[in-house]
Amino acid sequence: MTLPLIVAAAMFVGILAYALFGGADFGSGFYDLTAGGSRKGAALRTQIDHSIGPVWEANHVWLIYVLVIWWTAFPLAFASTMSTLILPMLLALLGIVLRGASFAFRKYAATLGQARLFGVVFAGSSLITPFFLGAVVGAIASGRVPAEGRGDLVDSWVNPTSIVGGTVAVGTCAFLAGVFLVADSARAGAHDLEHRLRRTTIGVGLVTGAIVLGALIPLRDDAPTLADGLAGRAAPLVVISAVAGAATLVFLWRRSYLAARIAAVGAVASVVTGWGVGQYPWLLVDQVRIEDAAGADATLEALLVVVGLAGVIVVPALVFLYRLTQTEPWTTSNH
Amino acid sequence: MPLMDLGYALIEREPAGLLPAREQMALSLGWHIVLACFGVAFPAMIFVMHWRGVYRDDATAMTLAKRWGKVAAVLFAIGAVSGTVLSFEMGLLWPGLMGTFGDVIGLPFAFEGLSFFVEAIFLGIYLYGWGRIPPKRHLLMLVPMGLSGVAGTFFILSVNSWMNDPTGFRIVDGEVVDINPWAAMFNDQVWLQFLHMWVAAFMVVGFVVAAVYAVGMLRGRRDRHHRLGFTVPFAFASVAAVAQPLVGHFLGLRVAETQPAKLAAFELATETESPSPLRIGGLLINGEVRFNFDIPYLGSIIARNSFTEPVQGLDTIPLENQPPINLVHLAFQGMVGIGTLLALAAVGYWVLRRRGHDLVDHRWWLRFVALAGPLAVIALELGWIATEVGRQPWVVYGVMRTSEAAGENSGLWWLLGSTMLLYGAMTAGALIVLRSMARRWREGEEDLPSPYGPQLADADRAGR
Repeated sequence: MTLPLIVAAAMFVGILAYALFGGADFGSGFYDLTAGGSRKGAALRTQIDHSIGPVWEANHVWLIYVLVIWWTAFPLAFASTMSTLILPMLLALLGIVLRGASFAFRKYAATLGQARLFGVVFAGSSLITPFFLGAVVGAIASGRVPAEGRGDLVDSWVNPTSIVGGTVAVGTCAFLAGVFLVADSARAGAHDLEHRLRRTTIGVGLVTGAIVLGALIPLRDDAPTLADGLAGRAAPLVVISAVAGAATLVFLWRRSYLAARIAAVGAVASVVTGWGVGQYPWLLVDQVRIEDAAGADATLEALLVVVGLAGVIVVPALVFLYRLTQTEPWTTSNH
Repeated sequence: MPLMDLGYALIEREPAGLLPAREQMALSLGWHIVLACFGVAFPAMIFVMHWRGVYRDDATAMTLAKRWGKVAAVLFAIGAVSGTVLSFEMGLLWPGLMGTFGDVIGLPFAFEGLSFFVEAIFLGIYLYGWGRIPPKRHLLMLVPMGLSGVAGTFFILSVNSWMNDPTGFRIVDGEVVDINPWAAMFNDQVWLQFLHMWVAAFMVVGFVVAAVYAVGMLRGRRDRHHRLGFTVPFAFASVAAVAQPLVGHFLGLRVAETQPAKLAAFELATETESPSPLRIGGLLINGEVRFNFDIPYLGSIIARNSFTEPVQGLDTIPLENQPPINLVHLAFQGMVGIGTLLALAAVGYWVLRRRGHDLVDHRWWLRFVALAGPLAVIALELGWIATEVGRQPWVVYGVMRTSEAAGENSGLWWLLGSTMLLYGAMTAGALIVLRSMARRWREGEEDLPSPYGPQLADADRAGR
């Protein structure tokens, strides 16, 4: 493996982690939005507060990690992507700002009225961000972002592949969130909630699975390079994602929540990795290869130091945080 | 490195995205920096309170620590998202900068990302750890939070100091070569700029939090809770306020070496005078300095550490390389003026307190402290205006003009307007929520359950 490739792989690990963990946090917005009125939705909204409260900020930092590696290792491609995709990037950013702020505000809101307002903003904005980040992926994967300068401001992200990307992102986020929330509510002993969420999540899983597999059709015309990769090198991952997705539904049905979580993470991870492997060796599909987009070698080497430190410092700390949230005292709500 | 002007002739025309991009950056940075201060300095203050609570059995301190933790939860959330805005904006607004120099100066950003990671992880653990982690261990969760805040300050200031004093690369035939990201990160100016901002963060948070409790005491709530809530942050702020003029002085000496145009604007030095006077007030109108008050010698002494060394005058600097003089001068003097006032007030308070006069018993002092919070924030903003506008017309001093860094975004004014609305709403939301938290605490509610929370959920369950 060459230096640029290693750095690209490290960046992709960040994308994967963000899609899985950050994605699950965003996906909870779907259930919050569809939880019903204040009374009916109270238990679910409390569960969402409880599940994502301790982790969402840490999960969010994966996005920062990806951005900084991207602009440091592949500066020109970063500049052209940001120039071309300024609109979806800004919309995703709007979602990020509104989601984070209103989530914190809702938790400490004084009245039900305020909590409703912040809650709607939180839930709605949680869906905006994955959609537009998915659209960004679609733009890159369909070869619409040039290696330098600026591509079309609108067509670059208003096209079949971007819409597929956005929809798949929203679906997979909601699916992951559902699986996590079912497990959390089962562990907290909230059985009504568990059953309600279980039904919804199975529905979301079926729809998302259909979209992911159906999406392969428009990609053939609109993003041929990616489609070739998915049918070739990444084909095993496509199969794995389908099998793991179906297995998740079965596990949910049989209420084996630990297995369901593993299978769901496996399914979404293979969808995301499928995209990465499918578009390899391109950084910006059909425009610039990873090898050709890389900046100075000294900088790539320095970045590997950062990545190594992340492995030594951040990963154990994250594991510590996740383990804590799964322990007994953290499962019950005390405030 | 040699100062180079990359194709000055090419940038006669300003790109459409330049002015709105600068305003956009100023707004989002100016808003975020206040919250970033809390990320840097608040954990240390919470630590002191929490430590008293755990090791001194101080129930008041424990209550304060818990409440401050909840305040931090709100402030850090909006700090995290507004920081993310800046990450995006680096690319969205300044593609020319990031495309050209991303691999020169990206490294400290990557390290800052690591710091942010650590801070966010331990924030989650600390906030949700009350009653779930053994008290002494829980207290320790603040340590990585505080340290990563300090580290994050260093790395961000590393980028900014590199923009002022670029190093770690060469330019050959218009190409950036010989990139050494470590040299860029540890440029000569980073330590002083880092210290300046680190100390500023403690001033801002210390004075703002002290101001909150001063207002409480003005309203008649003169209990131990308010005195302690005032004293600890004020002590932090006092140390910082006294250290700051010294740090600022040494940083100023460097600016004389690295950025003479900026220093000339700071000091409103139109001509090179030996020795230079200290020029207080003053505006440059049609090339004439007016409304000023000069103190002889003091300019050389303060800015150059010498009785004779002059401040290099603006007349030696080509007009196209000069920053907007009046704005930079006034912002700089405003910052120095407020900083001096706060330092003197801090010294006065502690001297009198040692002699047995606690100024907290005087309403005029509490009114002053209530103002000191906003003043510290204003000084912070003025300082950033002075250094950022003072670097103009360069984004990378002497190497890349700001106009070369901006993109061709004619619609950015819309973005700026929307951002103002969004940040206005976010400010309002934060104030509403924080004030309602304070009100409920005063009413004796300690836990602040969410309003749709357990009671509603329990009612739902009971109803089935």
